[in-house]
Amino acid sequence: MSAATRPASPGAKALVAIAATLTILFVAAPLAYIFARAFSQGWQVYMSNILNPMTLHAIWLTSIVALVVVPLNVAFGIAAAWAVARHRFPGRGILVTMIEIPFSISPIIAGICYLLLYGRQGLLGPWLQANDIQVMFALPGIILVTMFVTAPFVAREVLPLMQAQGSEQEQAAVTLGASGWQVFRRVTLPNIKWALLYGTVLCTARAVGEFGGVSVVSGNIRGQTNTLPLHVELLFNDLNAVGAFAAASVLTLIALIALAVKSLLDARRA
Amino acid sequence: MSITISAMTKRFHKTDVLRGIDLDIAPGELVALLGPSGSGKTTLLKIIAGLEWPDAGSLTVNGADWLQLAARDRRVGFVFQHYALFPHMTVRDNLAFGLSVRPRAERPGKAAITARVDELLHFLQIAHLADRYPAQLSGGQRQRVALGRALAIQPRLLLLDEPFGALDAAIRRDLRRWLRGVHEATGSTTIFVTHDQEEAFELADRVVVMGEGRIAQIGHADEIHDHPASPFVARFMGATVELPVTLAQGRALAPGLDLTALPRRALPDGAATLFARPADIRALPDAASPWRVAQVSSTGAELRLILSHPDLPEAEAVMPRRGTAPLRQGDAVALRIEAAALFPASRREAPPAPQSDNPKKEIAR
Repeated sequence: MSAATRPASPGAKALVAIAATLTILFVAAPLAYIFARAFSQGWQVYMSNILNPMTLHAIWLTSIVALVVVPLNVAFGIAAAWAVARHRFPGRGILVTMIEIPFSISPIIAGICYLLLYGRQGLLGPWLQANDIQVMFALPGIILVTMFVTAPFVAREVLPLMQAQGSEQEQAAVTLGASGWQVFRRVTLPNIKWALLYGTVLCTARAVGEFGGVSVVSGNIRGQTNTLPLHVELLFNDLNAVGAFAAASVLTLIALIALAVKSLLDARRA
Repeated sequence: MSITISAMTKRFHKTDVLRGIDLDIAPGELVALLGPSGSGKTTLLKIIAGLEWPDAGSLTVNGADWLQLAARDRRVGFVFQHYALFPHMTVRDNLAFGLSVRPRAERPGKAAITARVDELLHFLQIAHLADRYPAQLSGGQRQRVALGRALAIQPRLLLLDEPFGALDAAIRRDLRRWLRGVHEATGSTTIFVTHDQEEAFELADRVVVMGEGRIAQIGHADEIHDHPASPFVARFMGATVELPVTLAQGRALAPGLDLTALPRRALPDGAATLFARPADIRALPDAASPWRVAQVSSTGAELRLILSHPDLPEAEAVMPRRGTAPLRQGDAVALRIEAAALFPASRREAPPAPQSDNPKKEIAR
């Protein structure tokens, strides 16, 4: 980067100043404010807010959702990227587009679609009820919607890399006698390792923070189907600002950790 | 390994890549598949390795039907054009890969693998590179590692796709001699793909010339050089000057050409096309000839002439500078053809060379 060593012109300095101001105003300040408000009545109040059973339950539920969704989406992402990058089949182009759909659809629409499909009045509702399976307003619904919303993250990171690398290394491994699993474990996986981790971090951050789709299918039952982002909204509507900010600070912390891991991975990949 | 390929065809989408290949390869032979890009040679190599599958035809190795055998069970050493080394493994681990993925019952012990890898490192003269990663190696070194990785599994058959394609000229010549040595030391049957005639002829026992999915000719260097089987092979072997002639009682005739040096051919009377290399053409002053010198340039040792004709495309001649009468631009010259291939003009050309100056081909298409 030669630009970095060149002395900055007044115009460039002004642009940097504007960028810095806007970043502070729109990104850093709100983040700092979350923590400032959360701790506004002291550490003890903060801890009691966090240790509130309803908040603890929300944290637990969100963790469960992430723990189920992320591994499933990692598996789906690798499988989809592998199918698209390594094979030619009818409908391949459509599959590539399908992988991207969750990015272009508002999550709330995804939530409504699931509600119309699995809800009591939905298409599969009567059958599910007859078999005593509760999907909507319960954990399965939350997991399904979160999976839908976060499905593209891993595939989108891994696919371009697999396409760029081509299949010659894998073919070489096969001629050397490796089985399918050995090829994946010892050749494919090490090559996509960083992209995979990167996608996983993004997927986790989104799974934890998902609000719109989940709010449709969860039913917001406190202590039962309230995930952390929904809980923040509930507390806020209850006019419990300090409680809301305390819960929000947990989400923010998770996001900041994800961001730090992501930057580390960026440095590793470069 | 005796290999028999018969009636093999392969299509990709709507392109015929192989249009009926019949080929026998004897145990211990070193065979080159030579042809321009798109001639199907790499596809044929990948089918033998089990990385591609033909649409029809058979592949028999030592009497066994290899089309029923998965690539990993064929025990073939395959060297990729761009090496396809595993970038996250050291040279040592790359070499050990084939042994370490064997099923437990067949897998040699750790010590045995190390010993085998050490032996290979010495044999390939890359012992000092053992702990480096592929990214830290030069092209020639990567090539050796790629070959070593393939040899580690003690392949019954060694296949190389453009083994020297990505290397510069000096390293190519070195590695060529070295590969010949490796082939003789291991005694394996070896097939390699190349588009470089010099490489094919210098290295191989037998050269298979391929064009547009067919085998155009099989033979040794001299045979293919002196007696190309088709216009395609003649062109591919450097006979870039094509001249229309008339055959009468096996002798070729054309105004402005001195063809007395060519032996009589058992070809029917009538129109024919002559294929000659620029180095087999001599230009001699002759006021009656329609050929003119359009351009003269000298490399010191050789004179390179561009010759023009009122009705024909330009021709090129390369002659030793000493002993050649001085020629100037515009001089009328007769062309004495020292050696050439002749093909009757009516013969339909099988394989390619898209040249629009051949009216027969245009009609045939």
